[in-house]
Amino acid sequence: MSLRKSHELHQRRFSRNLGVGLTLAAFIVIIFGLTIVKVSGTDFGMATHEVQN
Amino acid sequence: MSDASINASTVTAQTRADEASFGDYFALLKPRVMSLVVFTALVGLLAAPVPVHPFVGFCAILFIAIGGGASGALNMWWDADIDKVMKRTKGRPIPSGKVEEGEALALGLALSGLAVIMLGLATNWFAGAFLAFTIFFYVVIYTMWLKRLTPQNIVIGGAAGAFPPVIGWVAATGSMSIEPWLMFALTFMWTPPHFWALALFMRSDYDDAGVPMLTVTHGRRATRWHILFYTGLLALLAVGTAFSGIGGPFYLTVAVVMNALFLRGAWRISRRTEEDAEADNFKVERSFFKLSLLYLFLHFGAILVEALLKPYGLGGWS
Repeated sequence: MSLRKSHELHQRRFSRNLGVGLTLAAFIVIIFGLTIVKVSGTDFGMATHEVQN
Repeated sequence: MSDASINASTVTAQTRADEASFGDYFALLKPRVMSLVVFTALVGLLAAPVPVHPFVGFCAILFIAIGGGASGALNMWWDADIDKVMKRTKGRPIPSGKVEEGEALALGLALSGLAVIMLGLATNWFAGAFLAFTIFFYVVIYTMWLKRLTPQNIVIGGAAGAFPPVIGWVAATGSMSIEPWLMFALTFMWTPPHFWALALFMRSDYDDAGVPMLTVTHGRRATRWHILFYTGLLALLAVGTAFSGIGGPFYLTVAVVMNALFLRGAWRISRRTEEDAEADNFKVERSFFKLSLLYLFLHFGAILVEALLKPYGLGGWS
């Protein structure tokens, strides 16, 4: 049986899919936030300084 | 409606009821234990003398919590056979049939790897390695090896639960000192009386599962004396911590009051017979267990208060 868009599986697993989706979205936000903090933080400043020298 | 369609709809309804929700996978991470991990790791991170960027601090706590949760999932995977037998654990996702054992293993391994790598990247690799060691200690040393081998299982298992404040401290500083180990020792010494009180009033659970709890191997009277002995050692340690770099007058006040109450509870437990306990449905043991939760929360809360007051020249002894 092929999966149609309205298959009951989609309804049954809605909470699971929504949870996984939100978790992945949160993970993207965390990676983005960490990147911003690391890039604008002291570590990056020191690294840039070393490269320039 | 044909028999076939009735059967099909019955099967579908059954499948729906057994279908694991997102919450069932989340339950594999032992959220209640995770809350303890979050709180103690946060105190370790904030008590450290090195300021941390708030977002990096948030990420550090999050990944320490995920690492703790991952080891919980691996623990549930390995202990699925005894979880089925014990009243306290038979409702967990694997024994209740909601989640397959292999799924718990996969989730535990994946989250362990993710948590260690992300903590290393967000803070430092010393902290990442420490988290990896904690997961290894809890899953392999405690769950797989010693839990079913020795009645001191709780004492050793307590070490795994005691590591988070050390990881939090290392995440902030990248180095080690005596203070995080005092926080480690506090949780480590607190765990045995906490769990032995639980074992006293969860009577047959550990017997049925064949886990060599002290109540099973050495008897309930010996367990009562062990609770008093460990509580005495814990009280010395907890009050002594007041005079270290993470202590101060506020912590000392909390420690003196809470340890007096805790010692009183342990003394009452040690004086009771099984007949006394059964007569009032383990009232003293249950209240000691509840007090133990408050005990740990208030001690770490007091360390946190001392740390937060320091920038205003109020925390600590100076």
